[in-house]
Amino acid sequence: MKKVLTLLLALIMVIGVVACAPQEKKEEAPAKEAAKEEKKEDAEKTEAPSEEKKEEAPAEESKEEKKDEETKAEAAPAEGGDVVKLGVFEPFTGASASGGELTFEGIELALEEVPEVLGKKIELVKVDNKSEQVEASNAAQRLVDKDKVNAVIGSYGSSLSIAGGTAFKDGKIPAVGCSPTNPAVTLGNDYYFRVCFIDPFQGTVMANFAIDNLKAKTAATIKDIAQDYSVGLIKFFTDAFKAVNGEDSIVAEASYKTGDQDFTSQLNNVKQKNPDVIFCPGNYGECALMIKQARDLGIEAPMLGGDTWESPDFISIGGENINKEVYFSSHFTAEKPVNDVSKAFLEKYENKFGKKANAFAALGYDAYMVIIDAIKRADSVEPQAIRDALAKTEGFIGATGTISLDENGDAVKSACINQVKDNAFVYLTTVEPKK
Amino acid sequence: MSFFIQHLINGLSLGSLYALIAIGYTMVYGILRLINFAHGDIFMLGAYLVYYGMLWTPLPWWLVFIVAALLTGLFGILLERFAYAPLRNEPRITVLISAIGASFLMENLAILLFGGRPRPFSVPALLDHSVKVGAISFNVIQIVIPVVTAILLAILSFIILKTKTGMAMRALSTDYEAASLMGININRIISMTFFIGSTLAAIGGILYSCRYPQLMPLMGMMPGIKCFIAAVIGGIGNLTGAVVGGLILGMSEILIVGLLPSLNDYRDGFAFVILILILIIKPTGLFGSNVKEKV
Repeated sequence: MKKVLTLLLALIMVIGVVACAPQEKKEEAPAKEAAKEEKKEDAEKTEAPSEEKKEEAPAEESKEEKKDEETKAEAAPAEGGDVVKLGVFEPFTGASASGGELTFEGIELALEEVPEVLGKKIELVKVDNKSEQVEASNAAQRLVDKDKVNAVIGSYGSSLSIAGGTAFKDGKIPAVGCSPTNPAVTLGNDYYFRVCFIDPFQGTVMANFAIDNLKAKTAATIKDIAQDYSVGLIKFFTDAFKAVNGEDSIVAEASYKTGDQDFTSQLNNVKQKNPDVIFCPGNYGECALMIKQARDLGIEAPMLGGDTWESPDFISIGGENINKEVYFSSHFTAEKPVNDVSKAFLEKYENKFGKKANAFAALGYDAYMVIIDAIKRADSVEPQAIRDALAKTEGFIGATGTISLDENGDAVKSACINQVKDNAFVYLTTVEPKK
Repeated sequence: MSFFIQHLINGLSLGSLYALIAIGYTMVYGILRLINFAHGDIFMLGAYLVYYGMLWTPLPWWLVFIVAALLTGLFGILLERFAYAPLRNEPRITVLISAIGASFLMENLAILLFGGRPRPFSVPALLDHSVKVGAISFNVIQIVIPVVTAILLAILSFIILKTKTGMAMRALSTDYEAASLMGININRIISMTFFIGSTLAAIGGILYSCRYPQLMPLMGMMPGIKCFIAAVIGGIGNLTGAVVGGLILGMSEILIVGLLPSLNDYRDGFAFVILILILIIKPTGLFGSNVKEKV
């Protein structure tokens, strides 16, 4: 028995060696190539089910996959001549999946409208960053190394964008974020731009709204310590709120982390302090659960949040309780088009998807259009040329308003405030950026 | 005072949720000596079945709940047939690894079939409204959960201690081979065990979704681990122990976060600290008896 086993093992080893040999000859730098191959495989595995079908090979068929990849990789440079590849770097699964999907709808719409630039066909390369930072960094690396995209659109979620940023910076590929609002996304990264406003503005807007419109004297904050977005917004809210109402005006500070489902301990502590408003920006899923639990606990203070709450799931998860005094800042409102592009976008969106457009679709649309605009001005599809043109974007008229990118690559724009009423988002007011 | 009572109510509801899931865990272990790592994913399946049942069928919600729980039970039988039965005479570690494999398979199938996006769970109005008693307020579901847990514990204890099937289950757990020699239909009893265990997981999943109405393919992972810990705290294999373990776990999570907010960031870590302490001080768990290892 043992002999047979030993023989079998030896045989397997021999087969293994033989199988390896020809590959080594084919490739010039076997070690490096192997390492790369592994990376690619990893990236392949991280793909979402929503990926295009041709790439949906299950993990077990890694051999075939490898072959596939090789042929693709070889074909890519040849194709490169008449195709412009735009990477779509968004969460299509996980906690932020809804945001990624909404954004992609806007991008699709833009692609239909402008399918080619400088006589070259535009191709979207979709990768899923799975709402996780490690996956985001892998997915970004994949866009740079394997897909060799000309520019990148995305991502929803500041943490995801920051995680992917290094890959874009090192690969010198320009990226345009749709809705990551944390300042660190573009700070110190010359290749990251965005078409949305940033947290200092958003946090301050909500603080001013609480003070002026809701007449709040005290506030509590509940932050998601795993989200740069939430931590950033709360910092700027706190600064602005304290500046008006004094050092002691923030009466309670609680925290949780992405994935938590039970917030009753934190909320009960907040209830003890009886604040006028509660500021709790974060993922729409956790926040909807939190608002529901807060109302169950008898907390009646208005709950304030940021742009992430604008998702239909936010309303359906929260149930009846979501209609009670819930306000959030957003990039855009379907109720009040700011310009002609906005009006046209709203119409086209409604025709295609049969529903009202939202901020994320509009930002996805704008991110795409800003890149096209930059390619036209650069008269080149070279990543470096696109980057240089992007940096000079000034007074671009998009669906979400006029976009000018400042020295950090951030858009300077107005914000609007929405309220949840009768299971819908209702526009309240617009806040202009202070010059 | 009301502040403290409020914390206790929250702890009780979270704890009995853990307890409910831990009962299923502990039961399968107690009878088959198998840690069913796919338990958390069966829990997820139950919740998703209700979601689609409500979406696609005109049935009233309570009927959907019952049918989904029973279907999940049947799925448990199938899972055992394909993933565990062929390995029944292999070393225990092999079955354990197969259980982990089954868990991964279910999670990834769920991502593929149900999509990675969190789904909103529509909670029946009867189970979802706020109740106010003096300065304390809570959701009706927070009281429903402990009641259901208590009822299920009673029913299960009855089945195991008083019925013929229960006696066969106990015989099986004492001595597998002797039991089969005594004319006990091993396959039937094991299927039965998995059916009950999976149905319990489904009921846990459904009630969990009523409390936290957001469905995700990986939603069973953390509750699965925590309820395993709850079962170990109580002494794995012991039903009352699982309930007590669940209550201890839920209560301590709520109270530690509530009374020492600065420790909040380590919330999920408490479960593991408690686990380590129990394993050091009393490895058999609070209610576990010392069973001699058969060689």
